[in-house]
Amino acid sequence: MNEAAMDPREARPSSFAFERSDRVLILAHLGVAYLALFIGAAAGLLQGLQRTGFIKLPTPLGYYQLLTAHGVALALIFTTLFIVGFLFSGTAKTLDGRLYPVDRVWAWIGFVMMVAGTVIGLITILTNDATVLYTFYAPMKATPWFYIAMALVVVGSWLSGAAIFTAYARWRRRHRGQVSPLFAYMSVATMILWIIATLGVAIEIIFQLIPWSLGWVSHIDVGLSRALFWYFGHPLVYFWLLPAYIYWYVNIPQVIKGKLFSDSLPRLTFILFILYSIPVGFHHQLNEPGIGAGWKFLQVVLTMTVVVPSLMTAFAMFATFEMAGRAQGATGRFGWIRKLPWKDVRFFAPFLGMVMFIPGGAGGIVNASYQMNQIVHNTLWVTGHFHMTLSSSVVLTFFGISYWLVPALTNRKLTWKANNIGILQSWLWFVGMLLMTVPMHIVGLLGEPRRTAFTTYNDSPAVQAWLPYWPVMGIASIFLFLSTLLFLGTVIYLWWFAPRLETAAEYPIGEARDTSHKTPMILERWPLWISITAALVLIAYAVPIVDMIQNPAPGSPPIRSW
Amino acid sequence: MHLHRYEKIWLTVGLLTLIVFIIVLGINAFAMGAQPPSDAQVIDPTKVSQTPPFDQPGLKQLGNNNYAADMTAFVFGYAPNRIEIPVRSTVTFNVTSKDVVHGFEIPGTDVNMMIVPGLVNSATHTFTKPGDYLILCNEYCGAGHQLMAAHLVVK
Ligand code: HEM
Ligand SMILES: [Cu+2]
Ligand SMILES: [Cu+2]
Repeated sequence: MNEAAMDPREARPSSFAFERSDRVLILAHLGVAYLALFIGAAAGLLQGLQRTGFIKLPTPLGYYQLLTAHGVALALIFTTLFIVGFLFSGTAKTLDGRLYPVDRVWAWIGFVMMVAGTVIGLITILTNDATVLYTFYAPMKATPWFYIAMALVVVGSWLSGAAIFTAYARWRRRHRGQVSPLFAYMSVATMILWIIATLGVAIEIIFQLIPWSLGWVSHIDVGLSRALFWYFGHPLVYFWLLPAYIYWYVNIPQVIKGKLFSDSLPRLTFILFILYSIPVGFHHQLNEPGIGAGWKFLQVVLTMTVVVPSLMTAFAMFATFEMAGRAQGATGRFGWIRKLPWKDVRFFAPFLGMVMFIPGGAGGIVNASYQMNQIVHNTLWVTGHFHMTLSSSVVLTFFGISYWLVPALTNRKLTWKANNIGILQSWLWFVGMLLMTVPMHIVGLLGEPRRTAFTTYNDSPAVQAWLPYWPVMGIASIFLFLSTLLFLGTVIYLWWFAPRLETAAEYPIGEARDTSHKTPMILERWPLWISITAALVLIAYAVPIVDMIQNPAPGSPPIRSW
Repeated sequence: MHLHRYEKIWLTVGLLTLIVFIIVLGINAFAMGAQPPSDAQVIDPTKVSQTPPFDQPGLKQLGNNNYAADMTAFVFGYAPNRIEIPVRSTVTFNVTSKDVVHGFEIPGTDVNMMIVPGLVNSATHTFTKPGDYLILCNEYCGAGHQLMAAHLVVK
C-alpha cells in the first residue's frame, strides 16, 4: 500500500479552501503566537533550571524578569493570538466559508494593536522596567508603557471579538430562524465571555494603573485593583479552555470519523461556562484581608457549579469516542477504543491533553475549596495545577490544531513524517509536564512557595524536604524546551517546506448525529444570557465592591522594589 | 433539549456529590469556624511605624500559652524576624505591610495569608510540636523576595 492510500486524512477530500485574505490574517495571528511560544519556553527553561539550582543566571538577567516574560508571553500573548487565529479560521469556514471585508478590518486593527502591545510590553520587560510579573499587582509600579502595552493587547482583542460578532450577525440576518453553525456559536460565546471578563482588568489598567503610574494620582486603592484583576483572572482560564473545548466538541468528531454527540448540549455547556466562570474571582483571594468571608463563600459555591458543564463535557467526549468506534464496526464493551486514530496527531495530541485534564481538574477542586486552599495558596502546587490544565491540556490541544491548521492555510500536506514527529513531540511534552507538575504538587504541599528564585532560606530545615524533587523539575524543563523546539521546527516545515497539495486540505468539522431534536433557539438569545451573567455578577460583587469604594483602605504610593 | 439516560444519571450523581461537598465546606466554615483569613481592619501603609501596635512589632502575651504576634512585612523581611514561644502555645499573627503586597506562610501549618498594604490580616495557630518553623513570603515582592523570611522557635 502506498502512503497516500492509507492516509485517513485524505479520505474525505473537501472542496473548501480559505480565501487568500483570510489565510494571511489567520497565519499572521498564528505566527505571532508561535514567536511568543518560543520566547516563553526559553524563559521557562532558564527558570526551571535556576530555581532548582542547576544554573546561575548571568547578572543582567533576573529570575523575576524571566518570570514576567514567561507569564506575559505565554499566558497572555501566545494564548490570545492563537485563540483568535483559530476562532477566525473556524468562523470563516462554518459561516460563509470566508470573512467579509468589514470583519477583516476589525480583525486587522485588533491584530496591530495586540502586536504593538506585545512589542512594547516585551521591551519594557527586557529593560527591567516592568519586572512586576504578568499579574502586575499594585503597588509595585512598572513603567506606564507596560500598562499601556497591556491595555493595547486587551482592547485589541476586543476588536478581534468584534470581527467574529459582525460575521456571526451577518449570517444570522441572512439565515433568519436557522440555528447557527456550532463552531461560530461557540466562538461568539468565547468572545462574549472574554469581553465581559476583560472589562475588569481594563478598568483596573485604564482608570487605576495608568493614571497612577504616570503620577497623575499619588495613591492607588490596592484592594480594589486586586478585586478587579481577579474578576478577570478566573474567567481568563476559561478563555483559554473554551477554544480547546471547541476543538474537542466540533473538530475532533470529524477527525475520528464520528459525529457530534449533540448539537444543543455543547451550546448549553458554553452558556453555563459564561454564567459560572465570571462571578467567582474571589476564590483567588480567599486568604486576603478586606473581603468578607460570606462573600468569599458565595463565590466558592458558584465556582463549584462549574463542575456541571465540565461533567457534561467529559460525558460528551467519551460518548463521541464510543459512537465513532462503534460506527466503524467495533464490538464488545471496549472494542471502540481500538478504532480511535491513535496514530493521527490531530487526535492524539489533544487526547493526551484530555488525560492530563483529569488530575488537573481534580486539583482545581482542591484549590477552590475554601479551607483546603489555605494549604496550597501561592505554593508551587498552584503552578503545578495550571501547567497541567493550561500548559498541558490546552497547549497540547493547540499543538494538535497547529499540525493541520498551518498546512491547511498554506495548502501543504501534513505528511506522515511530520505527523509522527508531532506524536513524538506530544509525548515529550506530556512526559515533561508530568515530570514537572507532579513534583510541583508535592513540594507545594510541603510549603515551597511559587514565584520564588533559587533559595534555601539559609539552609532552613523546611527546605530539606523539597530538595529531592528539584532535579526532576529541572530535567523536565529541558524535556519541555526540546519539545517546544521540535514543535516549532515542524511548524516551520509545514508552513514553508512541506509538499504542496493539488486540492485544498481538509478542515475537519463534525456533523451532528441526531437531527431529530431541534436545537432550541433560546440558546442564541445573547441579550438574555448576558443579562443573567450581569445579574450574577451583581449578586456576587456589588456589595463588596461598593463597600471597597465607599470605605476605601488608605491608598498606596508607587514602589519599585526590583 | 434531549439528554441521554446515562447522561442524566451521570449528571445527577455529579450534582449530588457537589451539593454534599458544598454542605461539608459550609458546615466547616460557618458551624466550626474554619474561615480563611479575612480581616477588615485598615491602616495607612505609609504610617505603619507610627500606628500601634505596629509601632512596636513583637510578641505580646495575652494569657496562659496565648500570644499575639504583631508583625510588619516589608521588602525583604519581617519584624520581628525571630520569635520564641513555649510548645502548645496559641499565637495570633497580626500582620501588615509597609510597602508592597507580601505573603505570610509557615510550611507545615495551615498559616498562609496575603499581606496587602492598607489592611491588617490575621491567622491563629496552636503549635503542638517543638521545632524551628520557617515563616516565608510567598508573594513576589521584588528583587530580594526569595530572601524574605523569619523564624519561629517553639521550645
Ligand atoms: C517550556 C515549557 C515550560 C516550562 C519549562 C515552564 C516552567 C515554568 C516555571 C519553572 C515556572 C515558575 C515557577 C515559579 O517560580 O513560580 C512557570 C510559571 C508559569 N508558567 Fe510555565 N513553563 C512552561 C510552559 C508554559 C506554558 C506553555 C504556559 C502557558 C501557556 C505557561 C504558563 C506559566 C504561567 C502563567 C506561569 C506563572 C507565572 C507567574 O507566576 O507569574 N508555562 N513555568
Ligand atoms: Cu480561578
Ligand atoms: Cu516576597
